[in-house]
Amino acid sequence: MRVKLLYFAWLRERIGKNAEEIEPPPGIATVGDLVAWLAKQGDEYAHAFANPGVVRAAIDRAHVKADAPIAGAREIAFFPPMTGG
Amino acid sequence: MSAASISLQQEPFDAAAEVAALTRSRTDIGAVVTFTGICRGEENGAPITALTLEHYPAMAEAEIARQVEAAQSRWSLLCVRVIHRFGRIAPGEDIVLVVTASSHRHDAFAAAEFLMDYLKTRAPFWKQVEQAGASSWVAAKETDEAAAARWTKPRAAAE
Repeated sequence: MRVKLLYFAWLRERIGKNAEEIEPPPGIATVGDLVAWLAKQGDEYAHAFANPGVVRAAIDRAHVKADAPIAGAREIAFFPPMTGG
Repeated sequence: MSAASISLQQEPFDAAAEVAALTRSRTDIGAVVTFTGICRGEENGAPITALTLEHYPAMAEAEIARQVEAAQSRWSLLCVRVIHRFGRIAPGEDIVLVVTASSHRHDAFAAAEFLMDYLKTRAPFWKQVEQAGASSWVAAKETDEAAAARWTKPRAAAE
């Protein structure tokens, strides 16, 4: 099942893309699983996800934690802690 | 649910005009609280040339709307106006506007502070500063997280 991934701020810079579509392999059930798998997809991903504790995620435009299931997600975004306001 | 209006925009806004528009011809509003967030001229002790705000447009709209709804269920508000700019912003320029209106001042004050604490920690914007010809990402502050967290303490403690 293909899902759209979005990257923001320095995550976007390190990966070198602001978005991509992927098909996660079977066994990737949660956001945490997805981060761990993405980190292995190349040096730029390893660098972006080097500190998973600092990476935040949103599924379909709502904040989620690392244990959130990704089944059915259309859009998953990864970003650093926010600095708006 | 009371009226709420949220705008995400690149252009500067006029805070006074926004407040005037909200209160014009109304006699039910007894209190208006206006917060403006402004771009300072320095970051970490050094002058800055500009701030650039990146954002996640669809989520920013959805998330700010959720925060405004939360404020409306928690306090008695007659209207709420939020404007958040994105893009390149120069020192001295306004970045964000939160206006809350209620019959009496307690609800307007509390809701404005709540909304700012939540905007700081949950609205998907990321600031980059330009200093001495180089750009760097501003780090999120723990004090902002702590400020947002106090709104989930038992009511007696937070209010």
